[in-house]
Amino acid sequence: MEGGKETVAAAFRKTQVRRVLFLVTLLVLAFLLAIASIVIGSAGLGAADVMTAVLAGIAPGTFSSDPMVHTIVWDLRLHRVLFALVAGFGLAVAGAVMQGVLRNPLASPFTLGIASAASFGAALAIIVIPAVVFSDTLVVISAFTMSLLAAGAIYGLSRIRGVSSESMVLAGIILMYLFGAMTSFLQYAGTTEQLQAVVFWMFGSLQRTSWEKLALVSIVVAVVTPLLVWKSWDLNALSMGDHVAQSLGVRVGQSRTLNMVAASLITAAVICFTGTIGFIGLVSPHITRLAIGGDHRYLIVGSGLVGALILLASDSLGRTILAPQIIPVGIMTSFIGIPFFLYLFMRRREEYW
Amino acid sequence: MRLEVRELSFTYEKRRVLDRVSLSVDEGEVVGILGPNGSGKTTLIKCINHILVPEGRVTFGEREVSAMSPMERARLMAYVPQALSIGMAMTVFESVLMGRRPHVSWGIGEGDIARVTAVLEDLGLSQLAFRNATQISGGERQKVMIARALVQEPLLLLLDEPTSALDLRHQLEVMGIVRAHAAKKKTGVIMAIHDLNLASRFCDRVLVLSGGRVRGEGRPADVLTEDLVRDVYGVKVRVDRADGFSHIIAIEPAREGP
Repeated sequence: MEGGKETVAAAFRKTQVRRVLFLVTLLVLAFLLAIASIVIGSAGLGAADVMTAVLAGIAPGTFSSDPMVHTIVWDLRLHRVLFALVAGFGLAVAGAVMQGVLRNPLASPFTLGIASAASFGAALAIIVIPAVVFSDTLVVISAFTMSLLAAGAIYGLSRIRGVSSESMVLAGIILMYLFGAMTSFLQYAGTTEQLQAVVFWMFGSLQRTSWEKLALVSIVVAVVTPLLVWKSWDLNALSMGDHVAQSLGVRVGQSRTLNMVAASLITAAVICFTGTIGFIGLVSPHITRLAIGGDHRYLIVGSGLVGALILLASDSLGRTILAPQIIPVGIMTSFIGIPFFLYLFMRRREEYW
Repeated sequence: MRLEVRELSFTYEKRRVLDRVSLSVDEGEVVGILGPNGSGKTTLIKCINHILVPEGRVTFGEREVSAMSPMERARLMAYVPQALSIGMAMTVFESVLMGRRPHVSWGIGEGDIARVTAVLEDLGLSQLAFRNATQISGGERQKVMIARALVQEPLLLLLDEPTSALDLRHQLEVMGIVRAHAAKKKTGVIMAIHDLNLASRFCDRVLVLSGGRVRGEGRPADVLTEDLVRDVYGVKVRVDRADGFSHIIAIEPAREGP
């Protein structure tokens, strides 16, 4: 970039435009992929049929579609596709926020023990409680409660040493091992069927989605994300160190806590329904940072969209490559995401973090 | 507005790091905090900024700094730490833009962009505006941090060793820019500084700390005597006067130590 005030200002405006374009492009891609994903499958639907069915469901007076197509789209595929988008979005937003708050490129819902806690909660509901009652709802509630408990514990432990990023990361890793050990213990004690159910839960799957679950997750994501975006200056300031952030007007402890609680809440809301879907929360922020830089005002939403795309693409492939066999999406995300991440990572030689 | 520090003390793990330090800074005045390593310079700066919470009173204008909200403080005072912390995955432009944070709610206006480009130009950073923090030298990073503080448009600038990573030419340049900024915008400046010659040349007044106590205060030419430097730093020096400034020439460590 050559000097001169005007060129610098113009170049900066251009980077901002580029970021908005990036977000818009991702939105369009997500829309197209969603249509494609509904079309893909054994029923042999066309894109036009699908579009008509979707519109007919929204405005039944204006559009009408074949009842069979309507059933496939509305009862089987549409909520699953939307759930993949919302869940991927939520996990990636949580990852971006955690990495920002903790100033740590390895932070994600997974590395901080929240996913392990959810697994433990699910195992608890599957193995210990079925003597009393067994239901899908109970697994969800138990997983959700445990992950929030883990988030609370991270905060509590780090509080003792002062809410620094290092102590939060340490507390998270300790929790990850603790919940891992407790889950293993439960598995050791469980029957073969219970063991299978726990393992299957931990793969992470979109098999169990429904419109009700989609509504619950969407509400959490829709309420928390704007809050995080609104607070994104804080994350930018925190990246310069606690003292500088403080001198820029950030209440550091308060801000770190709020962001962590919000990110944990989103994570818990998603994985209690899906099981552990790792990787998305870790890698989507990195992909986005490589593409548009580290300004959290754009990074949070950008990561969310990248995560939504990865999760939907993974699920669509998982449903089709071995059809009629369905590969759980938690397994697919890494297969899809890692080559893509490696490509970006190798192409950009300079440090970006 | 005038900064008034009265009887400020700070204790860390039972050690008295600062002991009843008093100091005032007027509009546009540049005050240097001198003293050997561990004498409390950095702590004093952090106490003024309320990053650390001291005993005693710090008032700015009519108001007590401890009673202000973090955001109010951020509009009045900017702080550049000694450690060169700089945003990850942020360009130089964005790092400097952070200084506008206390003044904007969320979006960035043309005024903010104009201020950043102007300061980048002043500090000779325009060429680096879109480099990442990891792609510039230590000295350049220090300038970025100072640029960030200038863009914050504070009434008081707190600089902790602002020239420690700079070569000779850039030391003079940066000090000149800070002085000019102070005079033009009526900004008070407090800077911790090791280089006695830079201090005597660029500071209106200096405050000498040793073991957390004030050992001298006033115009550099009056304070920086051969006796004081020997007592405080444990170094035998010769003080020459030329061009209206004191020039401190180190000779050898004094036999008895500080």
